[in-house]
Amino acid sequence: MAEQTDDLEFLPRLLPPQEFVAEGNRACQGCGELLALRQLFKAAGPDTIVCSATGCMEIISSPYPETAWRIPWMHVAFENAASVAAGVEAGIKILRKKGRYPADRRINIVAIAGDGGTADIGLQALSGALERWHDFTYICTDNEAYMNTGIQRSSSTPYGAATTTSPAGKLSIGQQTQKKNLPMIVAAHDIPYLATCCPSYPLDLMNKARRAFETIGPTYLHAFSACPTGWRHPIDMAVEIGRLAVETGVFPLYEVAGGKLKINPVIEKRKPVIEYLKPQGRFRHLKPEDIEEIQRLVDENYERLVRRAECDASE
Amino acid sequence: MGKRIGLEVSLAVSEAVKMARVDAVAAYPITPQTHIVEELSQMVADGDLDADFIMVESEHSAMSACCGTSAVGARTFTATAAQGLALMHEILFIASGLRLPIVMAIANRALSAPISIWGDHSDVMAERDTGWIQFFAETGQEAFDLTIQAFKIAEDKRVLTPAAVNLDGFTLSHVIEPFDMPDQEEVDAFLPTFEPQVILDPDNPVTMGPVGFPEIYTEIKKQQNEALLGAHEVILEVWEEFEKAFGRAYRPVESYRTDGAEVLISIAGSTAGTARVAVDNMREAGKKVGLIRTRLWRPYPFEETRAAVKGAKAVAVIDRCLSFGGPGGPICSELRSALYPLPEKPVVNSYIAGLGGRDITLQDFYTVVEDTYRVLEEGPTDEYKMIGVRE
Repeated sequence: MAEQTDDLEFLPRLLPPQEFVAEGNRACQGCGELLALRQLFKAAGPDTIVCSATGCMEIISSPYPETAWRIPWMHVAFENAASVAAGVEAGIKILRKKGRYPADRRINIVAIAGDGGTADIGLQALSGALERWHDFTYICTDNEAYMNTGIQRSSSTPYGAATTTSPAGKLSIGQQTQKKNLPMIVAAHDIPYLATCCPSYPLDLMNKARRAFETIGPTYLHAFSACPTGWRHPIDMAVEIGRLAVETGVFPLYEVAGGKLKINPVIEKRKPVIEYLKPQGRFRHLKPEDIEEIQRLVDENYERLVRRAECDASE
Repeated sequence: MGKRIGLEVSLAVSEAVKMARVDAVAAYPITPQTHIVEELSQMVADGDLDADFIMVESEHSAMSACCGTSAVGARTFTATAAQGLALMHEILFIASGLRLPIVMAIANRALSAPISIWGDHSDVMAERDTGWIQFFAETGQEAFDLTIQAFKIAEDKRVLTPAAVNLDGFTLSHVIEPFDMPDQEEVDAFLPTFEPQVILDPDNPVTMGPVGFPEIYTEIKKQQNEALLGAHEVILEVWEEFEKAFGRAYRPVESYRTDGAEVLISIAGSTAGTARVAVDNMREAGKKVGLIRTRLWRPYPFEETRAAVKGAKAVAVIDRCLSFGGPGGPICSELRSALYPLPEKPVVNSYIAGLGGRDITLQDFYTVVEDTYRVLEEGPTDEYKMIGVRE
């Protein structure tokens, strides 16, 4: 069960001013992933250790001898952020017991990885660390493809999106499979807390993040991360795209705490998906019937989620 | 003073890990290493070892978790073999590149395919260039001693490089041998608590594992290599201290009956025991044969190797690993390289034997020595020979 130690919420004018991912890093203009990280680590505060997977956020933040990290940060490889974090957590636990770890207070052990580092190559390490019940938070910043290597498809790329390895063509709609439902795979580990979040909703994101950090045991955050470079949308649109993803039901925001799913916030009247798809070049090739199919899939997924939430609420 | 006991070698390695007061172990089961981690699990379960045991879901995660525990300052151990070591491959480079003094026991085993759980040195030879300090043990006592020494060497601030102790799967890992077990106080005096140089600590934030652009990558790798080469001196220092404390002498290359020897057999690992008997028998038969044994594999002991073969007419190197399509066995290749600059050097022959648990018999040593005498008379005919093959 989730053990929450603090129910305080972040409020608009009381946000912590500190930035733990420094300005001047090498992220692309208008990066939604970096925005998510800024907010997530504001919520985490200074008593945090970050174990990063290889990926955009790793290369843009750590060009030796410079670093954008004002908190301890470690990068080992691509597929093992969860395993490294597991080691950090276990190491601190035993050294504390033996009186040999300096910081004598709760430290947030946080693993960060992109969708490729989580849904594909890092899934085994993630599953292992969740099952072993390490006291850590895993954050997947999902930009729906391998952006760092040049926009190749991952199992988190949505149906119909064109990437450099799922290109649209005479015989192809682009990505031909549906996005892997990673949060639900994580939920199947019965961890005490997980949530989906989006930096277009900063307070929602930070409050969910705080809940994750304060919960004892493994927790998981899945952050929508708009990528102007890979999604081919204008650089000033990351926040708007995020909002549209939520408002259309493409990326529903919800929490699973103590096994109960709660959609948060509920979108009463969802916008048509075309509003989300249209500004993005990766969907440019779609025909009206393709968009209809995507609308059908989004509706189906959203309604399934609503039924699950209703079912959990009635228990 | 300690006591003399009989113990399975795997369990003795676990005992060494316990006496080293290891803080964290992350491991995954694989034959023939399993007895080591089973015993460590039991020690933790019984409260005999105050450590966190992370029973990970793969060897890749084992080495990754070891990087995490070591990065916060925990004395860290793991053990593996064969496919498990191969699965760790990627992270082995990173552990050494991040200068994390992890210690690992490798119960050497053949690599697939075909799958074989039995011993040879293919597994570690594939990891030769990962930047780890590497030792080969001949006996259980040596595996025990090297494990304790490995922590002291790896954690020395002049070194800060991970270290691997190789022990032959089954033929060493699973046999019961006599041990001189030191007292805990003696080990504590030799190996104090790990004092890390840099750790992940919110009060002193550091960035570990950053991107190395072309302007800096070469310099970092040079620095890492210098630390590994410099470990040679530290190893000798630690061995001297160990000898003073425990009375057992350790050298990078061990020699046996090499005085006046015309032909030297060179080998690594537990097979040296059989080799010694073969040398005795051949000496009795009037053949001037001696033995050299590689204990330190990385950093490579160039000077000690050159000194060990001085005066010999030929060296017959037996490798338990085949470099496919290459010049023969890896230990032979390196020995040849080490001797090449010498104005006067022995003939060096490469023999491959003992793959996938095939016994290396006394007869195999006689065959190798006979063939080496033939080469001395007739000149070389093969790049290398495989010994004990059923044709």
